[in-house]
Amino acid sequence: MNKHIVVIGGGTAGMETAGQLANEGFAVSLVEKEKETGGHLNDWYKLFPDRRNSSEVRNYLEKKVSSKNIRILTETYIEKLRSNKDGFLLITQDGTELKADAVVVATGFDLFKSSRKEEYGYGIYDNVITSKDLETMFRKGKLTLSDGSTPNTIGFVHCVGSRDEKVGNFYCSKLCCVTAVKQAIEIREHLPDSKVFCFYMDMRMGGAYYEEIYREAQEVWGVNFIRGKVSEASESINNKLVVKVEDTLAGRPLKMELDMLVLMAGMEMSEGGGRIAMTSELKTGENRFFAPEDHHYANNISNIKGVFYAGTCTAPMNITETISHARAAVSEVINYLRKQKD
Amino acid sequence: MKLEGKKAIWSEYQKEIADDHYFYVRSCVRQNFFPGSETAFLKIMRKELKKDVYEHPCHTTCTGIGYHGDIVPVETAMTVVARQFSLMTEAGYKNLLPSCITSFGLYTEILDTWHHFPEVEEKIRKQLRKATGREFQKPNNLAHASDVIYKFRKEIAAKAKFKLINKNTGEPLNVVDHIGCHYAKMFPSKGIGGAEYPYVLAGMVEEWGGRVIDYPERRHCCGFGFRQYLVQANRGFSIACSKEKFESMKPFEPDMIITNCPGCPMFLDRWQYVINEMEGKRYGKNGEGIPVFTYEEVAGLILGYKPWDLGLQMHQTDCESVLDKIGIDYDPDEKYNTSIPDEKVRVPNMVKV
Amino acid sequence: MEKFGFSISKGRQIDWDSNDRRIADYIREREPSYKLCIACGGCASTCTAGNFTQFSLRELNILIHRGENTKPRNDLKKCMLCGKCSLVCPRGVNTRNVVFLAKQAFQKFDSHAV
Repeated sequence: MNKHIVVIGGGTAGMETAGQLANEGFAVSLVEKEKETGGHLNDWYKLFPDRRNSSEVRNYLEKKVSSKNIRILTETYIEKLRSNKDGFLLITQDGTELKADAVVVATGFDLFKSSRKEEYGYGIYDNVITSKDLETMFRKGKLTLSDGSTPNTIGFVHCVGSRDEKVGNFYCSKLCCVTAVKQAIEIREHLPDSKVFCFYMDMRMGGAYYEEIYREAQEVWGVNFIRGKVSEASESINNKLVVKVEDTLAGRPLKMELDMLVLMAGMEMSEGGGRIAMTSELKTGENRFFAPEDHHYANNISNIKGVFYAGTCTAPMNITETISHARAAVSEVINYLRKQKD
Repeated sequence: MKLEGKKAIWSEYQKEIADDHYFYVRSCVRQNFFPGSETAFLKIMRKELKKDVYEHPCHTTCTGIGYHGDIVPVETAMTVVARQFSLMTEAGYKNLLPSCITSFGLYTEILDTWHHFPEVEEKIRKQLRKATGREFQKPNNLAHASDVIYKFRKEIAAKAKFKLINKNTGEPLNVVDHIGCHYAKMFPSKGIGGAEYPYVLAGMVEEWGGRVIDYPERRHCCGFGFRQYLVQANRGFSIACSKEKFESMKPFEPDMIITNCPGCPMFLDRWQYVINEMEGKRYGKNGEGIPVFTYEEVAGLILGYKPWDLGLQMHQTDCESVLDKIGIDYDPDEKYNTSIPDEKVRVPNMVKV
Repeated sequence: MEKFGFSISKGRQIDWDSNDRRIADYIREREPSYKLCIACGGCASTCTAGNFTQFSLRELNILIHRGENTKPRNDLKKCMLCGKCSLVCPRGVNTRNVVFLAKQAFQKFDSHAV
């Protein structure tokens, strides 16, 4: 059983895949481009739906990859992926060659670059931030405006970079609605005098206990929900943000001044994943994520025999789904290697 | 406000602007509203920048005002525009330079339509041939007159005798820039800076010493339109649009407004009087109005042209406050007693169709 | 003042910052379930009055929440207090009590009683 698997990507999916493979007795190389593993999990503060600490999941994953069967290569990324009669040859950015009997691609996602939505003024107006910037503020324990003062009215804009033909992302990123509700509650917890507004097109609460925290946000925390897509944000003379939105339920345009605006940035195929897609024969779908062979019963299998997918490199998904997806990928790897032996 | 973010977006929306040999086509109504502007433009281009700007004596309106007023059908407008192109080809020019923003929008729209639907272009060629016997070539470059002044803003600044600075306080003047909707909103890629953060006038203001005001309703239309404005009873909607802008810019205490469209300065200038009559409101500092200028007037002022030669006496909202702030000398007694400019008026040849 | 032949059109925008939301606050303090409304329209669709007159409880709730009190002030009298709306609401809002309290609030804060 001295088969060697290379897992590309050291985020949630990559770590779970590597850990599970190691449990089964395989030798694993986990390749990660950043200085440390953990991927986007390192950026989050508390996780929905119950607002538990993200470090708890991180600790679970770190324990899982602490096996002696796993070799973690940080600050490394894959430049080329070639298949040959012996299996696979992966070449890193400094020319190192890795031989593998199977490969699992777990390159994850990148957040949509919110400056592309010019009308919201990210990178232009001082107090327009993204959901990720807000998580950073929570982690540092400092919820302030750019001039150091405390914000009083905060707005959330849903669907930034998702469900948007103008930026080329037709799909829904699935997690932003529940993240907005979670962050709205967290702001209300931190700043009891604040007023929070969520500007949404739809409330997509499709997960266990998601609808319940939406209800909690309204009932317990008094978060205001206004249905309408924000058309533009501008800065008034006292540095506040003036937001224009159609209040579709009232049937009239609405104008409001806010201290801070949080953009719920969507998920896109990661840059690293995109590079691998371009230099290999791996297929991507219309949504630019990797396209598995079958959406229902072969969701981890790629179009190259022996290359498998784990996690958000195939589609937006939450941490629970990512971990399950990673375990399913391991199942497919084992299946594949068993067939190879026969 | 982080300027680097804005500059990043401006840099994405750049366009090619020809640097000489222009075929100038005038606006039908600008010379009524702001008589000195087009003359000032030609003087700056020919005398100061030594450029070749040709005006064909037989060129007409582009019919944009009729097209957008629902009076002229699109194919008629296209045929009239084709005739303009034909005059341009005949005179040996390839760079089209419209004075009016609506013209610019119409020319852009027509060239874009012909690009996507070549059969329409063929049809128009046939129609023009039948009606006038003329042939035409499409222009190589289409740039609005404000694009050209933007392109040469540094050269103008080098020759300028004045800056947009308050000589008493040493502070740059607060300038509101207002761009015509037909410039960037129709085809954002054809406007410098795009539709969200247009830069064509802001660039001029910054180069000439002023400070650009970014106020919430900066992108709002002034309300001119054409269709609604032509009917008197509908003008309430148009004036409400301008009022929305004034209410929004007032806290920023602008010293002046600069525009690049024929209709916008007319609206922003004249409506201040109407709003004052109807509601008693004024939007400038100390209960005054906010003077409105075309970019040619501003260029002319800083180059030292006489204010009354530029036609500033025709403005509804008095401009003297800005002249005083900049330090430009003017004779109040001469205000309605203008001298005739030096250039001899050219008599056109036999009028051809 | 001269007659121009037209007058300046009034804006339709809901100006959140200048609106009076005391009616909404009054209701919210006394009927906490009011906060749960998601404007799904179940109440309006079953409403007896809404079937025959221009009365939408969904719309009125939203307008009250925004502080746009003119329409609710005029329309609330059309409610017959039959309670069908409360039976339908998926979030469990006591809609009938909301109408009661709205009328009380208008009485208290407005010179025009409903």
